[in-house]
Amino acid sequence: MANDSPLVVQLRDAVVLAGGFPLLSGVTLELHAGSLTVVTGANGAGKTSLLRLLAGLVALSSGSATVAGVDLGTGDPRLLRRRVGWLGHEGSFYDDLTVRENLVFAARALERPTGEIESVVAHVGLAGRIDTPTKQLSAGQRRRLGLGWLLLRRPQLWLLDEPYASLDDEGRGFFDALLGDVVAGGATVVVSAHDPLRSASLRPRTLHLAGGRIVGDAS
Amino acid sequence: MIRTALLVAGKDLRIELRSRVLLWQVVPFGVMALLLSGLALGPANAGHSSAGPGLFYLVVLLVALLMINRSQAVESTPGTRSSVATLGLDPAGVFLGKALALATELWLTGLVLLAGAVLFLHTALHGALVALPSIVVTLAALAAAGTLYGALTAGGGGAATLLPVLALPAFAPLLIAGERSFSAALGGGALWEWWVIIAVALAAYLAIGILLYGVLEES
Amino acid sequence: MIKLLSQRLLGPVTLLALAATLWMGLVVTPPDKVQGDLARLVYVHPALAWVALYLSFGTATIASGLYLWKRTRSMVMDRVAHSAMEVSLVFIVLTLITGSIWGRPTWGVWWAWDARLTSTAILGVLALGYLALRRANDDPTLRARRSAVLAILAAINVPIIHFSVQWWKTLHQGATVFTASRTLLIHGSMAWTLLLSFVAFTMLFFWLLRARYRLEVQRERTSGQSLRDALEERRREGAF
Repeated sequence: MANDSPLVVQLRDAVVLAGGFPLLSGVTLELHAGSLTVVTGANGAGKTSLLRLLAGLVALSSGSATVAGVDLGTGDPRLLRRRVGWLGHEGSFYDDLTVRENLVFAARALERPTGEIESVVAHVGLAGRIDTPTKQLSAGQRRRLGLGWLLLRRPQLWLLDEPYASLDDEGRGFFDALLGDVVAGGATVVVSAHDPLRSASLRPRTLHLAGGRIVGDAS
Repeated sequence: MIRTALLVAGKDLRIELRSRVLLWQVVPFGVMALLLSGLALGPANAGHSSAGPGLFYLVVLLVALLMINRSQAVESTPGTRSSVATLGLDPAGVFLGKALALATELWLTGLVLLAGAVLFLHTALHGALVALPSIVVTLAALAAAGTLYGALTAGGGGAATLLPVLALPAFAPLLIAGERSFSAALGGGALWEWWVIIAVALAAYLAIGILLYGVLEES
Repeated sequence: MIKLLSQRLLGPVTLLALAATLWMGLVVTPPDKVQGDLARLVYVHPALAWVALYLSFGTATIASGLYLWKRTRSMVMDRVAHSAMEVSLVFIVLTLITGSIWGRPTWGVWWAWDARLTSTAILGVLALGYLALRRANDDPTLRARRSAVLAILAAINVPIIHFSVQWWKTLHQGATVFTASRTLLIHGSMAWTLLLSFVAFTMLFFWLLRARYRLEVQRERTSGQSLRDALEERRREGAF
């Protein structure tokens, strides 16, 4: 592992509560820049909660956490959110807008040039569907659009919540290749999945979650 | 802030243009509610009642409730809230943008309902035109208040039923001020008191929205 | 020592003051020349309204504002706001009931479209909405934030509602306290009783607020206990 590269994620006994229920019951974790990590575990193990904590979307109840240089206890969550990219398995965009309109919205929000959109769309293989409303896309195509949204944003930390769910082999292969590029480019990627990644090209660190904490860690 | 506001307003209006929920669901509902108001007055009063302005505003409030829920619903499709949150938009700008889009929709719907009041309830056309400025400002205040109350109830238990309980007491002064100034316009006069109420309400909601919308989004 | 004594004494002294108000209001003071015994409601209704609309609503607003202010943000403020709003709702309902009882013989109807009556009723729905919002959100932080914003919105609405309804129509008998202060010249006991009623109901407010607050702390303490258990239990899910 490239342990001399800077730390992007540093969690110590991180607890996240929702209505008194501990979604995360004490997670200690360090992730370096340019690393790929897969978080596995059963439903309700805390995979999505961990990713949401890293995105600054849920509050830290106790413990300490620093993500992308922002302290989750005292820092500005908006600053953190601008540095991370989130892709949920459900989609993540405005259904009534087209592929292009969704990307234009994201680019404008982040004050990025909109000129890259066409090439990003071509990169994720949606060139023919650029003016299709998002709700008409298949699950796999939506996932590709999500990747396009992240490519456009170039976040420091990529958080992908079950990106492999309901993808065919071609889609998986495409995903693996793209994640390989991203990691090679220096970004940090955390992926949640039901099962360990069965990829020929990627050598991720695999964390196993159960009961809201890490119970297994294999590089 | 203004840039974010225009971006968000443009996005909301574009979604509305695509989905046509306003045209096919909200406006027909409003027209039907006006017709029902006429029926409720009884055959003797339906055509020549002084209740026109009051019924107009009552229907506007009902329609506004639907539109507020709709305005929040476009943000609530699974995953959208998370990925939009990671854009790190300025909350004050988001508030202004959503309020502006809602106001635009309310103005359009208000015009149709005003025509309906002239047609069905025989409200004098000249008076309706004189009342137009007060209607425009009252609906803007409704939009600002509605955006706040929409964000307060979004995602909580029973959002659709909670919204009216919270919003209607706050809408009451706007209903009163709007109705009174409309009636005054029909009678050929104008009363400054009602402009004070409308302007103070508009200013208060805009100020609270700009200051506190971020608190509501942080969740 | 003084704090402990005042905590111990608040309840009994409140009851004593209420009993004294009752006795003065029903026995010592004479009936009104025009309204007769009905006027004795003056020893209850204005004091109830004072607690409902100013004291408790004001307390809830200030506590909510302090919660929203980052430097003073704490769950203490959230609990105070919640407790005060609940007390407010109770007093608003009592104000409406006593107002209605008073209005029936005076106006001839239970509900007149009187400005203060109407705006108080709207405020009652506001307070109800606040409590409904709290029930709809389970997460304590989210609930605290949302209800604090709603309380501020409600506070801003109070004058707007008041003036809009006031201007809409007024047929109330005018400011009651001033009427009473005029009778002060004739019957000193009436003014003293009125003053006592304000003191007694203000103390009742603080007593109820404290009780409600302590209940909330107790409730959270038991859920805090179960939090440790919940954490343990959650971790055990992970043990093989």
